[in-house]
Amino acid sequence: MTDFGFTLSKSSTLDLQNVDRERFEQLCKLEKGASVCIGCGSCSATCPAGILSGMSVRKVVLAVQRGQDVRSMLQCCMLCGKCTMVCPRGINTRNLILSICSIYG
Amino acid sequence: MKGNIVIIGGGIAGMEAAKSLISLGYSPIVVESSTKLGGHVASWYKLFPDMSSAKNLVSRLESEIKGATVLCGTKVISLNRLADGYSLKLSNGSVVNASALLIATGFTLFDAKKKEEYGYGVYDRVITNSDLEAWFSEKKDARVPDEPESVGFVHCVGSRDLKACNAQCSKVCCATAIKQAIEIKERFPYAKVYCFYMDLRLFGKKYEDFYINAQRDYGVQFIRGRVSEVGETLDGRLQIKAEDTLSGKPLKVQLDLLVLMSGIVRNQSIGELSAMAGLETDSDGFLRSIDNEYAVIESNRPGIFYAGACTGPKTVPETVAEARSAALAIHSYLETL
Repeated sequence: MTDFGFTLSKSSTLDLQNVDRERFEQLCKLEKGASVCIGCGSCSATCPAGILSGMSVRKVVLAVQRGQDVRSMLQCCMLCGKCTMVCPRGINTRNLILSICSIYG
Repeated sequence: MKGNIVIIGGGIAGMEAAKSLISLGYSPIVVESSTKLGGHVASWYKLFPDMSSAKNLVSRLESEIKGATVLCGTKVISLNRLADGYSLKLSNGSVVNASALLIATGFTLFDAKKKEEYGYGVYDRVITNSDLEAWFSEKKDARVPDEPESVGFVHCVGSRDLKACNAQCSKVCCATAIKQAIEIKERFPYAKVYCFYMDLRLFGKKYEDFYINAQRDYGVQFIRGRVSEVGETLDGRLQIKAEDTLSGKPLKVQLDLLVLMSGIVRNQSIGELSAMAGLETDSDGFLRSIDNEYAVIESNRPGIFYAGACTGPKTVPETVAEARSAALAIHSYLETL
């Protein structure tokens, strides 16, 4: 192919109808609270690991919903439970995190 | 006794209903547990979206219900069902018979002390929406600094919060927060003002204009993230933490004043009354209407009607409209007796 000196960028569009929801549905069975997250960020704001590592429970829940691989996103979690205390939807975030770990192996 | 109507609650719902009933030829009795009429609105400074004076509304209503018997500082002690109405024993010792009752007991503001992580009652610079309204009127509150450099508003305090046992949206706090943010900016133009929200719910007429004004004309900064905790710095300022969810980063900011938007919860004294009258409560804790679409002002008991926030959070115009509609419903009901 002739090299014209430029390439096409890969689309960054999220193709919603082809998102793999299987893992999220699995997660909702293990932790019902996963389905009612409103993404307020209370968990991430209070997370002692988040400030240094960038870890965010809110982002993890969203990434699972979007079918992305979240394996590396929870490595810094210490299961301290502060996020469980502040969640306005009463989600058992500790069980949520452990469930994600069991799903993704 | 036919035509005797007792209105329980002398806030704007009870007053407006009394006014409508007077114009229909009745002489209602208004029973108010506190020492003055007007309820929550009487202690509010300005109303959204027109910024009209809350006190003027209350005093106008007061002058318009001269035809009613107003009993302030009076509570209902007991309530008995009669063949054709109700008999009420009041705390002033009197017994009143009524053919129809209007429950207009309103709401209670969520006790912000229960959200311990926000430090209300612990830190000097944390106040609530109602404290700020009182300060707008009276300018007396040691917790409000003379020249604050930065002021924060926390939306949804005790509403949309299962930990506070209130999953519901309180409906009016988003617009109230923006109103108060604008009022703060008018007094302290150089202060940085932040609103911390989960979702902004500006559903009412011209509320969205309010939001645009706050952004464009007053430079209020809206941060999409719920405040998770508040601490105090050594020099007595407040340090707050939230996630700036739109940039995906943890956020901290120092403030001179934090205003908690306490939500609307059911009137804490409604339990006794509903038990006495056999009124059902809904799953949200408020009084249960016959249905929540078409018959909000009707109760499960004959001759007992509802108006205002006793059935759930309401705005001022909604409350007034319900009060008028309840007055007409009472009139129709009495015609059938």
